[in-house]
Amino acid sequence: MIAEAGLAALWLAAGLALVQLALGWGAARSGSAELLAATRRVSVAQGVLAMLSFGVLILLFLQSDMSVQLVAQNSHSEKPWLYKFAGAWGNHEGSMLLWVTVLAMAGGGVALVERRIDGKTLAATLGAQAAIAIGFYAFILIASNPFLRLNPPAPEGMGLNPLLQDPGLAFHPPTLYFGYVGLSVAFSFAVGALLTREVGPAFARAMRPWVLIAWVFLTIGITAGSYWAYYELGWGGWWFWDPVENASLMPWLAATALLHSVTVLATRDGLRAWTLMLAVVAFSMSMIGTFLVRSGILVSVHAFAVDPTRGSFILALLGIYIGGALALFGARVSTVTQGSTFQLVSREGALVLNNLLLSVILGIVFIGTLYPLLAQAMGQQLSIGAPFFNKASVPVALVLVVATMAGPLLKWRRDRWGALGRQMALPGVVSVLAFAALAALSGSSDWVALIGLALAAGLAVASVLPLWKRNLRRTPLHIWGMVIAHVGIAVSIAGMASDAAFKQERLVALRTGEATTVGPFQVKLADVRPAIGPNYSAMQAHLDVTRSGGAPFVLFPGQHYFSSPVTTTSEAAIKTMADGQLYTVLGEGTGDGRWQVRLWWKPWITLIWFGGALIALGGLMAMIGRLRRERRPAAGAEDGE
Amino acid sequence: MMVKPKHQRLVLALLGVAAVVGAGLLALSALQDQAAFFYAPADVKGQELPLGRAVRLGGMVAGGSIQRAADGVTVHFTVTDGKATVPVSFRGVTPDLFKEGSGVVAEGKFNPDGSFTADNLLAKHDERYMPPQMAGKMYKTDSLKQ
Repeated sequence: MIAEAGLAALWLAAGLALVQLALGWGAARSGSAELLAATRRVSVAQGVLAMLSFGVLILLFLQSDMSVQLVAQNSHSEKPWLYKFAGAWGNHEGSMLLWVTVLAMAGGGVALVERRIDGKTLAATLGAQAAIAIGFYAFILIASNPFLRLNPPAPEGMGLNPLLQDPGLAFHPPTLYFGYVGLSVAFSFAVGALLTREVGPAFARAMRPWVLIAWVFLTIGITAGSYWAYYELGWGGWWFWDPVENASLMPWLAATALLHSVTVLATRDGLRAWTLMLAVVAFSMSMIGTFLVRSGILVSVHAFAVDPTRGSFILALLGIYIGGALALFGARVSTVTQGSTFQLVSREGALVLNNLLLSVILGIVFIGTLYPLLAQAMGQQLSIGAPFFNKASVPVALVLVVATMAGPLLKWRRDRWGALGRQMALPGVVSVLAFAALAALSGSSDWVALIGLALAAGLAVASVLPLWKRNLRRTPLHIWGMVIAHVGIAVSIAGMASDAAFKQERLVALRTGEATTVGPFQVKLADVRPAIGPNYSAMQAHLDVTRSGGAPFVLFPGQHYFSSPVTTTSEAAIKTMADGQLYTVLGEGTGDGRWQVRLWWKPWITLIWFGGALIALGGLMAMIGRLRRERRPAAGAEDGE
Repeated sequence: MMVKPKHQRLVLALLGVAAVVGAGLLALSALQDQAAFFYAPADVKGQELPLGRAVRLGGMVAGGSIQRAADGVTVHFTVTDGKATVPVSFRGVTPDLFKEGSGVVAEGKFNPDGSFTADNLLAKHDERYMPPQMAGKMYKTDSLKQ
């Protein structure tokens, strides 16, 4: 009976969302305190019911209840419990239920904690959040019911795609969903503010923690996804410009722009209309991402649905929400009064530049991701891959790095070119010296990568300059957060550029006992033998590795063969050292006693993900610092940082 | 240079338009030489070959056509769509689901002699996933065989 209970909870939650929309509408019109209080309570109840429904689905997967169609199709009773658990969202229906659950939880969270903005705007915000939820409830209940029974029950489940059976990946989708859906709150705030015309610093301060937390989750999700693709797919790359990756990158770019513009709004009451626009764009990108990934329009491990009606359903929802928000924006933007102004050479000026460059990169990724779909609709088959994205976006990103150096060094409102020049002298000199040294000594001719490395060095220096001559113990937490996030960007770019400029590759077929070299390593294929895992069988290679002047070590790359469903996966073996990673992959046997072995030496590549972690940490510190600061009674006078 | 309040929105709007136009131009110029068009073997039979640019070739790996070169890491095989065939060579580790009679998309370039050099192979991910290019009749016969 539990499946039916889950379904009932979902129907109830959908019904409450309708009530929440009506109450929120009423409260926003009348300003009635009782109606607002009721809206808050209904929002919390809706969140709890959605969580209950999702909890039931997890329980069904943990119990391997094969009388539920979704469990039978996506799980297996012999799977390790972690993958039964993660299997709840490793499929179309479950992932959509998770999506709407996080959405309802976020709405409930706003209703519980938000006391700073005026009641009408809050009521309109909760109403908007309910309106989004209604569409997705309808989608789940009508087109993707996760609780459908199977009669008679299946004797055994069909299993989970082995590529998805990975502990890191189990928590990758929820992390991204928290990010996507956190942006729904910013979207709802923007819609609420447009309806009540209350756009100002108080509104921005209410919205900022949600943007920051969503951005932190997106950063973690993208970083983890990149590392997963790197070690799991066995191609040695860390970013493929796959549409599914782009679907997570686009909301991140928009959220990055938004969290900078919302700071201008909170601190200086500028960029009002632009911030509202970005809030709409950021969540639109989240929904487009969901559409791309879940509609089955793309081919990838992420594409679950092949039923075209589902794709059309999500597309219709997209059209309604994005179109509706843009129409509202168009109708109301002229009533959003002009905020305060600033000089071009100022912190605001640099943040506007940051926003423009991020928007340009977003536009490039958007075009590159959606153009093939458009062309396909017009009867032409084409694909756009990494060369396009690298060629178009890397130059813009490098300019953005320079802007990131300058921004924190400028004063709010107005500054002078001369002062900017003095501040930029040190990072500028560091960049130039780093470039000269790299060009002379490294022997690499990948100039773009070398420029990236040099600018990363300059950015690292420029990022810590705001701490110069400050009392470090009295420096506010959000300043530390900014410094750490910007250093994280420098670190991450250094890793990307180093991989591009210095990686070395070797692809050979070896007999056991034969050896080859890659970079500073000598690699001997000692043995290849079969092995058995919990739910797979495997061939495993034994590689003896010596580094010139270092201690020897062994690596065991392999091929895993899964029986349900029948799949083979390459399991790369990676040795992480202080200065990089040795990445080894076992290919196939060639039939004459040799085995394909593919080796990469990737100096400093770990910096990519380490930088990503720093960025997320910086965002988290900024959020905690802001929340603590704004809790204080004197918080009305925001300091100019 | 203090921008007058009433001009500030205009300046921002112009900057925004300039950025969007710039992005569009950048993207278009990159699209011109980087968009990879998709071909089936029948599309290039008797036609002028799209030489010198990255394209995708899709179809099925013809039965009995996979041959390994002496170096152990290069494979030669034939891609077919039932109407025409193209010989393909690829140096690298083939994807896990690459096998004869199964769907494949090869990324790479045509050679003047009509053969194809792939620098990447995409195979069907598993029973439930199929590149849209290969959906349809071929996929149905393929999956019935399994």
